[in-house]
Amino acid sequence: MAKYMLLIYGDAEQWEAMSAEQATAHSAAHAAFAAEAGERVLGGEELELAPTATTLRSDAAGALITTDGPFLETKEALGGFYLLEARDLDEVIKLASQLPEVRAGHSGVEIRPVVDHG
Amino acid sequence: MTDEVAAAVAQAHRRSWAQVLATTAHLTRDLGLAEECTQDAYARALQTWPVSGIPDRPGAWLTNVARNRALDVLRRESVFRRSLPLLVPEESVPGPEDALVEDDRLRLIFTCCHPALSPEAQIALTLRLVCGLSTAEVARAFLVPEATMAARITRAKKKISAARIPYQVPAPEQWGERVDAVLQVVHLIYTTGHTAPAGAHLLRRDLADSAVGLARTLHLLMPNDAGATALLALLVLVDARAATRTSATGRLLLLSEQDRTRWDRALIAEGVALLTEALRRHPPTRFAVQAAIAAVHAEAPSWAATDWAEIVGLYDVLVRLWPASAVVALNRAVAVGMRDGPQAGLDALEPLLSDPSLATYGYLSAARADFLRRLHRWAAAAEAYEEAIALTDNEVERRFLADRLSDVRRHRPA
Repeated sequence: MAKYMLLIYGDAEQWEAMSAEQATAHSAAHAAFAAEAGERVLGGEELELAPTATTLRSDAAGALITTDGPFLETKEALGGFYLLEARDLDEVIKLASQLPEVRAGHSGVEIRPVVDHG
Repeated sequence: MTDEVAAAVAQAHRRSWAQVLATTAHLTRDLGLAEECTQDAYARALQTWPVSGIPDRPGAWLTNVARNRALDVLRRESVFRRSLPLLVPEESVPGPEDALVEDDRLRLIFTCCHPALSPEAQIALTLRLVCGLSTAEVARAFLVPEATMAARITRAKKKISAARIPYQVPAPEQWGERVDAVLQVVHLIYTTGHTAPAGAHLLRRDLADSAVGLARTLHLLMPNDAGATALLALLVLVDARAATRTSATGRLLLLSEQDRTRWDRALIAEGVALLTEALRRHPPTRFAVQAAIAAVHAEAPSWAATDWAEIVGLYDVLVRLWPASAVVALNRAVAVGMRDGPQAGLDALEPLLSDPSLATYGYLSAARADFLRRLHRWAAAAEAYEEAIALTDNEVERRFLADRLSDVRRHRPA
């Protein structure tokens, strides 16, 4: 078994513009995903939108710089994640392809293998 | 004797490379090590066979040598050799049966063509691991330095290992998409070989042969897959004309100028039979319609007597199956010009001139140039030929276009 991070990216404006019915269907799709994945889901959260982000860096002298906004300023931002445990990439692709963000035109899901230090 | 051995090793390379490597990979669980051991086995054959004689079953001999070599290496350096482990699912433990050995070949092909790998990586891995081309040969085919290609292949192997792309034939619900990915790769290898993007030769025989060989293997391993049948039909029908595409002096010959008596009739018959089979079982796929177009050309007694109405009809089907392809729309426009005359062809090309995906596509300029030439619009034709010449890097195509340009210029009023 191996761990994978599913990073859900999308256009926040479109997420915010969802109607009540769309939001209900969206939540139901996530619930269905969680039900099918079962114990393979090790964790996952929906994140507050990118404008609420705070980014920390340091300047050339090593002093802390705190800035408003996400690390990468892009139209499509990280909106949530799941941490999954699965046998192989094909199993993850099969599960993750059911996520509603894969089906919507403005969003997508990036699958990243987690480094196994064991 | 030595010539005979060299020929036998070359034949075993063509026929058995993928099988030897695929079976060894199942044991080593490491594509890089399997590749080295397979390479070693062929080197050993060159040394041993002149003395011991050519074995009755060269493929089995080579597999045996590669596996033993792998076992030696694994015993000696078990720890650091496993740096890029290949994920072999538990349920697919290999047995001695031939059926499972064949499954291994499919596993290898599906792994190399996994959609999680970039198209460039899929092609490079397939040519290196499935077709057995050397890294230098793959690099030459795609006009990149050998070090770049070696890095690309290493990166792809690393991704297979780190992302745990399984060494297995895909599950039924992923089958359609995954087979399509494999067929795309094979088709792309063929088209790259069919008109080399640059260089002195029109056709890269090694790539074309690799692609036809792969299509044959896929058809053999998946006899009920209509897509694989259609792809083989298409490649065989196009390949049947390969020898007549250039003249003795290396000039490009158009379909209208080719010596049809030199087309390979056996290949054409095989292609038509495969196409009939592919069309019987399923609604037509993209490759089946392309094969049907190739079949109409292959069976036409001459350029003039080609059934252009049929060809336009098939392109209409193809445009519906593959609406995103501007190249298909371009070929359809050319066929319309053949059916209804050069002015109709020019009109059909008109809407494509503003298509951004064709902006640097030389064949659009060449098709326009040809229609303009036939309409005796010499100045406009010359301009279009100049444009087409600027857009090709293939020497053979360039010479052909340059000849046409000087013809047209002779007519141009001073």
